[in-house]
Amino acid sequence: MYKIISNKKLAENIHEMIIEAPRVAHSAKPGQFIILIIDKKGERIPLTIADYDKEKGTVNIVVQAIGYSTKKLVSLKENEYIKDFAGPLGNESEFVHEDIEILKNKRIVFVGGGVGSAPIYPQVKWFSERNIKTDVILGFKNKDFIILKEEFEKLNCNLHICTDDGSYGFKGLVTNKLQDMLDNEEIDEVITIGPMIMMKFVSKLTKKYNIKTIASLNTIMLDGTGMCGGCRVSIGGKVKFTCVDGPEFDAHLINFDEAMNRQTTFSDIEKKHSCRLDGAING
Amino acid sequence: MDKRIKMTEQDPNVRKNNFFEVSLGYTEDEAVEEAKRCLNCKNPRCVPKCPVAIDIPGFIQEVKKRNFKKAYEILTKYTSLPAVCGRVCPQEIQCESTCILGIKGEPVAIGNLERFVADWAIKNNIEIKNTIEKNGHKVAIVGSGPAGLACAGDLSKMGYDVTIFEALQEAGGVLTYGIPEFRLPKDKIVKTEINKLKKLGVKIETDVIIGRTITIDELIEEEKFEAVFIGSGAGLPRFMNIPGENTKGVFSANEFLTRTNLMKAYLEDYETPIKVGKRVVVVGGGNVAMDAARTALRLGSEVHIVYRRSEKELPAREAEVHHAKEEGIQFHLLTNPVEILADENDWVKGVKCIKMELGEPDESGRRRPIEIKGSEYIIDAETVIMAIGTTPNPLITSTTKDIEINKKQCIVADEDGKTTKDKVFAGGDIVTGAATVILAMGSGKKAAKAIDKMIRKNNS
Repeated sequence: MYKIISNKKLAENIHEMIIEAPRVAHSAKPGQFIILIIDKKGERIPLTIADYDKEKGTVNIVVQAIGYSTKKLVSLKENEYIKDFAGPLGNESEFVHEDIEILKNKRIVFVGGGVGSAPIYPQVKWFSERNIKTDVILGFKNKDFIILKEEFEKLNCNLHICTDDGSYGFKGLVTNKLQDMLDNEEIDEVITIGPMIMMKFVSKLTKKYNIKTIASLNTIMLDGTGMCGGCRVSIGGKVKFTCVDGPEFDAHLINFDEAMNRQTTFSDIEKKHSCRLDGAING
Repeated sequence: MDKRIKMTEQDPNVRKNNFFEVSLGYTEDEAVEEAKRCLNCKNPRCVPKCPVAIDIPGFIQEVKKRNFKKAYEILTKYTSLPAVCGRVCPQEIQCESTCILGIKGEPVAIGNLERFVADWAIKNNIEIKNTIEKNGHKVAIVGSGPAGLACAGDLSKMGYDVTIFEALQEAGGVLTYGIPEFRLPKDKIVKTEINKLKKLGVKIETDVIIGRTITIDELIEEEKFEAVFIGSGAGLPRFMNIPGENTKGVFSANEFLTRTNLMKAYLEDYETPIKVGKRVVVVGGGNVAMDAARTALRLGSEVHIVYRRSEKELPAREAEVHHAKEEGIQFHLLTNPVEILADENDWVKGVKCIKMELGEPDESGRRRPIEIKGSEYIIDAETVIMAIGTTPNPLITSTTKDIEINKKQCIVADEDGKTTKDKVFAGGDIVTGAATVILAMGSGKKAAKAIDKMIRKNNS
C-alpha cells in the first residue's frame, strides 16, 4: 500500500498528487513513468513522473481526470492509500547521459501541452540544477487551465505560456510560438510532451527546419515492463515497445497516425465505464 | 491390463461458457484405485524423467494405503507446487511416457495422482512445518514464477532468509498472468501454494522491477544479499512482422491472457477492459495458443487456431488440444498468416492465410513448413491473438554489469544455474528460452543447491 501524501487541484480536472514510494523515488530519473493500481479491482494506470524527492521518498504525479480510473484516482484524499505503485519504468531521457559541457552550449526548447507540462518539469529542473538555461513553451486552452506556472518560474528557464484564446500570454498554439522561435533564433533541439496530435504537429514543424526532436509517447499499456506488447509503435518502420524501448523517441521517425489510432482501441468500453463512475461518485 | 481411471470433467458444452476448472479431480476411491495400478518398480523409469526427480512410486504407494498425508509429505520434499505440477506438467512426455504399463496399455496417471494428493492437502489444511532454524544468510530471487518459487522454497527449507522481488502486483508469474483460471484456479491453487511458501518464511515484495526500481548490483552491494537468483522468465512477446500487425484488435497472447487472468477483465466489476470480436484467430500451436483460444471462446467468440505445421507437431499438451477440440475450437493446420486485413476504422476484419506443406526436417528436428504458392485464403475475424512465443526481456541483462548473454538474449548459465557474474544465478525461461513450468522449477531447485554450496563455502 502506498500513502497519498497530498492531493492538490491544479486546474479543472487536473490534480497533482504526491505519493510515498521510497523505492521508486530512489531510482527515478527525468523521462520515466510509473504504473499505479488504485484498488483490488483497479486497472494498471501508467502516469509520467512529474517530480520526486529522494530524501522524503516521495513521487509526484499529475493526473488529468478524463476516464473512469483517473476520476476515481483524483477523488482520493490525503492519507488514503493506493494499492500498487510500481516504477520507475521506461528509459531516462537521453540528455541525462550527455556531456554537461556539450549540453551547456546547446539551445534546447521544451514544448508541452496541458497535462503534458508536468513531465517536462523534472526535465527542465534537471537542466536548471546544472545551471543550464532552457526555453519552455507550454500551451493551454485558456488561463484557467494553466498549471505549474510558479514552479517553472522558479527554474532557470525562459517560460513562454500560450493559450488558445489569448486569455494569458501568447495567443495561439505552441506550434505558432515555436515557429516564431525557429524563424528567429538558433535552436539545437526540441523535446515535446503532450497530446499525441500536438506532438505530431511539433514534429512536422521541426522536420521542416531539420531540428532534432524528441517526443515522449504515452500509449496504451498493461504491464509496462515489455511483457504485453500492447504499447507497440512504429519507429522508422520498425516495431518498438514504448515501455522498454521508450517512452522517448526521435519524433521524426514516429508513425503518429498509427499511434493515435491504436490509442482508441478501448475508447468505447472506457465511455461505458466512465458513465458508471459518474453515477457512483456524483450520485 | 486395467485401464486408467478417467478424471471427471465438466461437459464441454457447459464449460465453454464458464471459467471454472475443466477437470474435476479424483475422488479418494478413484485415486486409490488408480494408485493400485502402479507396479512399484524396483528401478522406476518414471523418476529420472521428472525434472525435479519426485519419488513417484513412493508417494503412489502411500495413496494406495490411503495415507494421503504421508503421500503429501513425500511429494513436498521434491516440489513446492504439487497442485500446480499435477495440473500443468506435460506428464505424457515426462514421467508417464516411460511407465512400464504404457508399453502395452495406459501408463499410471501420475499427474492426476499428484494433483489429487496436493488438492487433498489443501482441502484438509495440511501444512508441512519447516523446523529448520534460520541461518541468517540473505538470498534475493528475481521473479515469482515457477523457477523463483521453487528456488525460494528449497532455500527457505535450508534455513535461508529469502526475499522474492516481483514486478507485477501479484506473485506467481506465468501461473498468475498466463495460465487461465479454468486450467489452474488462482485463488484456490496458486495463491494457496504461494501462501504455504510465505509460511515457510519466504518474503515477497511486489511492484519491484529489477533493473529499474533496483538493480542486481544494488541488491548485492547496498542491500547485502549474498546471492541472487534470476528467474524472470522470457518476457517479450514475438510478433510475425507481417503487414497489418499493428491494426487495432491484434493482441499478443501475453496481453490477452494478462488482461483476463491477472487483471480479471472477464469479470464485470473489474476495471481493466478486454475486447474480443465475434470471430477470433489465434496464431500458434503451443499451450499458450490453446489457453488464449479457450479463453476467447469463453468470452463468447467463435475461435480458429492457425498453425503452420501439422497436428503431429502441435507443441501443446495432448490434453489441451483434446479439450480445445471438444469445446469446438476450429483448427486450421498447415496454415500460416501472411497479412492482417483492416477495415476503414483500422480494426481487424480478417486474416489472409496461406496453406503450407512439410519439407525436410529443420534444426528443431521437425519438418519445415513451406508455403504452397497461390493457396491464399481469408479467415474473417475481428480479433487476432499472436501466440508464437516470447524472447527474454533485456531489462535485467542491460542493467547488470558483467553478465554474459547469448545470441538469443538468454542469460548464459551452467548446469547449476551459475552465471558469469559472481554471486548471480539464473534459471527458467531467461536461460533456456520459453519452456515449461516443471523445467523452470527444476532449474530453480538446482540453483538453490548451488547457492547453498557457494554461501557455505564463502562462510567457511
